[in-house]
Amino acid sequence: MQQQIIINLVDICKDYNGTEALKNINLYIRKNEFLTLLGPSGCGKTTTLRIIGGFEEPTSGDLFFNGVRINDLPAYKRRVNTVFQKYALFPHLNVFENVAFGLKIKKVDKKIIEEKVRTILNLVNLEGYEKREIDSLSGGQQQRVAIARALVNEPEVLLLDEPLGALDLKLRQEMQIELKNMQKRLGITFVYVTHDQEEALSMSDTVVVMKDGTIQQIGTPIDIYNEPKNAFVADFIGESNIIDGVMLHDYLVEFAGLLFDCVDRGFAEAEPVDVVVRPEDIQVVVEEASPLRGEVKEVTFKGVHYEMLVDSATDPAYRWKIHSTVMAPVGAKVGLKIMPDAIHIMKKVTVK
Amino acid sequence: MKKYWASYPYLLWMVIFIFLPLLLVLFYSVTVRTEEGVRFTLEHFQRFMEPIYLKVLYRSVKLAVICTVICLVFGYPMAMVLAGNHFKRKQVMVFLFVMPMWMNFLLRTYAWMTLLERTGLINAFLSWLGLPSLNLLYTEEAVVLGMVYNFLPFMVLPIYSVLSKIDKSLIEAAQDLGADDVTVFRKVTFPLSLPGVFSGITMVFMPAVTTFVISRLLGGGQFTLIGNLIEQQFLVVGDWNFGSAISMVMMLVILISIGVMSKYEKENEGSGLF
Repeated sequence: MQQQIIINLVDICKDYNGTEALKNINLYIRKNEFLTLLGPSGCGKTTTLRIIGGFEEPTSGDLFFNGVRINDLPAYKRRVNTVFQKYALFPHLNVFENVAFGLKIKKVDKKIIEEKVRTILNLVNLEGYEKREIDSLSGGQQQRVAIARALVNEPEVLLLDEPLGALDLKLRQEMQIELKNMQKRLGITFVYVTHDQEEALSMSDTVVVMKDGTIQQIGTPIDIYNEPKNAFVADFIGESNIIDGVMLHDYLVEFAGLLFDCVDRGFAEAEPVDVVVRPEDIQVVVEEASPLRGEVKEVTFKGVHYEMLVDSATDPAYRWKIHSTVMAPVGAKVGLKIMPDAIHIMKKVTVK
Repeated sequence: MKKYWASYPYLLWMVIFIFLPLLLVLFYSVTVRTEEGVRFTLEHFQRFMEPIYLKVLYRSVKLAVICTVICLVFGYPMAMVLAGNHFKRKQVMVFLFVMPMWMNFLLRTYAWMTLLERTGLINAFLSWLGLPSLNLLYTEEAVVLGMVYNFLPFMVLPIYSVLSKIDKSLIEAAQDLGADDVTVFRKVTFPLSLPGVFSGITMVFMPAVTTFVISRLLGGGQFTLIGNLIEQQFLVVGDWNFGSAISMVMMLVILISIGVMSKYEKENEGSGLF
């Protein structure tokens, strides 16, 4: 992609009284992209966002905005706006005053403020709510006000800190689509923080998977899902079977006591590896059709598919998680078939 | 509603010790005892309208207002410092601040007398420096000083408790929208702290306008306040009727001031002062 880089984090570290929250974060964010910082709680994703927003100072490293170092620029001077986790709407102001807050500080002309606030409230489907008190709004409406309050300032970058966390599932899915549409329409760079992998995959152009203050993988949602770089990413993004294996040589791996063809190469001979197989990539066949066999232990109906847990009889034993639209009953002896391109080989993560 | 009976003892308490005495005061204030018996009259209130008494009322309200303003001017920044993150051991700071209140009110006021009097510490210090001694005690300023000293915590604590409950993310949100520190204070912190300010003002103004001990000790009886007047009528002169009438006027003043405060507070709900 030939796009301009708007934010660049170079070797950013953050230390809270001896605990390292961020370790050498290197990350660039392109103009107009929807970038998601994804990871379990405590992985440093919110800290990263707060450093970009100017609410935390990095212990070391540099932060560039359009090529200019902005480490020392206070939050109120940055051309960045934030949608906070719990919205942080001003309770003493009504909807209009909340949204107009930033413009009033910039001493924008009254007529223009009214015009802009009206436009932005239309955009978030809150026309006619100007005079409403914040307390009288539902969670979803407060959410929209928070987004409008940030967007009305026409920031170059919008930071969103788990903005949908407090909403119920249905509303969350609606807002995901709305946010994505808004981002496309307005052409603003979004930096989005979430722990919800589904949200990350469905909304983002780029996903940054973080763990323990380090970046595990950066890539498009499809890359991250199909080609996870390590067992953590594979496990965190969607469900996975992760099993110890040994890479015998290029294109041949041994796991569960059996040999499998695969599409990976470039490992040392007899290197121990993590083998990752997605539950939906395992086919359930008749016992005779595959050397990998097992007994169905549990079946759960999940709506779109069945989730089956199959204990393989091979050595070492492993409990396979399988997603399939075809159900085999509990107690059935089945064969499991795994195609070569469904097998993902990952280097063992030795150092933590 | 089942636990309704639990409030009966308190209701009884209120009737015996608050409601009945109030009725008695009201009764005394509008009656006069003559040879034919008790007769209703408004003459006590009329008497209070005499300039000499109105002057006392004026002085009381004036000193109370001055005291409240000074408490607000000093108390707000103090509350901000206490609520801020400047101290690692905030609890200790609050504790130190509240501790003087454990000492008896009279003791604290007497202590000021020994500090301010002609041979007191301050004048001793001044004469040690070779400066002429000052007339500090028995002045209006001394009375105000005593009031401020005694009532300042009542201003600081409510403001402190409101300030320390303000969500930090609101401050960050304001900064995020382009507000510098001054604007954050003007548009967010101060408007949100108004409930604390109002209750602080009420809690300082009320005891300040009714005090009689501070004015007697530090004012030396020269600055009769309405509290002193009431005290005199009951304990010295023995005119319970007039004393009751003044008490009623006093209550009226307080009720009005509370009314004004709560009206003001409601008007300000939902918008900043600036």
